[in-house]
Amino acid sequence: MAFSPDDVARIAHLARIEIEPCDSERTLAQLTGIFGLIEQMQAVDTRGVEPMAHARDVTLRLREDAVTEPDQRAAFQAIAPQVEAGLYLVPKVIE
Amino acid sequence: MLNFTIRQLGAELAARRVSSVEVAQYFLARANTLGKTLNAFITLDEEKTLARARAADAMLARAGKDGNEAGPLTGVPIAHKDIFCAKGWRTTCGSQMLDNFIAPYDAHVIERFDAAGMVPLGKTNMDEFAMGSSNETSFYGPVRNPWNTETVPGGSSGGSAAAVAARIAPAATGTDTGGSIRQPAALSGVCGLKPTYGVCSRYGMIAFASSLDQAGPFARSAEDLALLLNAMAGFDARDSTSLERAPEDYARDLDKSIAGLRIGLPKEFFADAGGVAPDVARAVEAAIAEFRRLGATVVEVSLPNMHLSVPVYYVLAPAEASSNLSRFDGVRYGYRAPEYSDLLDMYKKTRAQGFGAEVRRRILIGTYVLSHGYYDAYYLQAQKLRRLIANDFIEAFKQCDVILGPTSPTTAFRIGEKSADPVQMYLSDIYTIAVNLAGLPGMSIPCGFDGRGLPVGLQIIGDYFAESRMLNAAHQYQQATDWHTRVPPEVKA
Repeated sequence: MAFSPDDVARIAHLARIEIEPCDSERTLAQLTGIFGLIEQMQAVDTRGVEPMAHARDVTLRLREDAVTEPDQRAAFQAIAPQVEAGLYLVPKVIE
Repeated sequence: MLNFTIRQLGAELAARRVSSVEVAQYFLARANTLGKTLNAFITLDEEKTLARARAADAMLARAGKDGNEAGPLTGVPIAHKDIFCAKGWRTTCGSQMLDNFIAPYDAHVIERFDAAGMVPLGKTNMDEFAMGSSNETSFYGPVRNPWNTETVPGGSSGGSAAAVAARIAPAATGTDTGGSIRQPAALSGVCGLKPTYGVCSRYGMIAFASSLDQAGPFARSAEDLALLLNAMAGFDARDSTSLERAPEDYARDLDKSIAGLRIGLPKEFFADAGGVAPDVARAVEAAIAEFRRLGATVVEVSLPNMHLSVPVYYVLAPAEASSNLSRFDGVRYGYRAPEYSDLLDMYKKTRAQGFGAEVRRRILIGTYVLSHGYYDAYYLQAQKLRRLIANDFIEAFKQCDVILGPTSPTTAFRIGEKSADPVQMYLSDIYTIAVNLAGLPGMSIPCGFDGRGLPVGLQIIGDYFAESRMLNAAHQYQQATDWHTRVPPEVKA
């Protein structure tokens, strides 16, 4: 697996993580090393194998569509970076 | 008090020969001195701890009167890995991202230990978001191994393992996604157990890789692990993968003979290519010989796909992590970058600054393997191989009751020795990861020392829900040997 600097930039954008240009090369080298390990998987023929998403085959439970939680907005917003009038504040997204 | 087991400590408390406040003060004093040297804790809060100890004393005083009951754990202190939300406690997950996060609710595991009357001693240091095998990725700095402070305690539950090893806490909680309970237990010379996936609720446990994460206890003996698991396990509707099973007493089989126990030895664990250090191999072989003396029989089994478990894990765990950690965006809680130009820039700078290098790396891996055009080649292929790895265990357990082997290929390594090379670090979990992929229970107990006096861990892997049988095997071994009672030379009363 050969990564290019463009690949790293694309993945970092998708992940919403800024990468400084000075870190790009090191990140590239580390990802290349890790994918060298991961590529071992490609040698195995897995045709017909059922993918395993979970350790146990469990059926998700259903419950009554009823309110189970009390309102804790004040408690939750007490630890938020920026709130006003019960709303979380973020930079303006619509001009 | 230093070397009391939990059972002994519980008995002293129940007999009122010592108060819970006295016990808490004794261990808090150790946490404030030795705990600081080892950097085992992220948060200590004496006031909260002592308040809970006073409540436990009140419970013990009322025990037997008016239907009040104290249990075997009432008043016994326990240190919690800082991945568990505990209401009112700072809960950082070892990350700058959550440096200022005060949990507004309790994890189910915390509720269970609170209900059992255990006294929270503090929040232990850990690899950031549980991503690491050495406790070096913590925002709060590495934890030091009590057996040699130049070496790592293992990770990610390194603070919990070090605290129990150094007799700073008689018990601790941990979580295990790829070995994060068993590997630090091995490297720190204590006992640790990862239950079958779904036995302990993940509610309030900060998520890393949800299909692999499982909580479990640390202690100094198998018997103590059983008592802790009794309190910890149980159905919880708030975790969609919590299993609805009748409660069981995990201590019920401790005293049974293990004559006739069939021990499976996977040839892949003992092959030269596995890279087991000679001292580790010697200690594990001596432990197997002890089990045979106790009447167990040995059969060779095979896990032919085990060598794929590390690559499979480093696709699946980062994929799940990249999704789970997308919630850390600087909007609702946690860190927010001080300067940014717009919303996208706020996300990117917040996440670049708030996460450490290893967490960023794993998010990038996960994002890539889930991205358009690569999903089938990586994520789907890894899920198929996960099936093959799990099937290997199902076949093996047709021939044996438990599987034994090393927990880690080496004993504790030096701080800094592997931190520059992620791949070398990842390979130190070669024996533990497959167990998480299959969802099986696994544990590590001390079984000797290397030439430098560093502890070696023996891994015991069981079939689904075979915890009581594993604990039985471990307890019988610990009745015949004394490795688990050894105290690090630096650790004094």
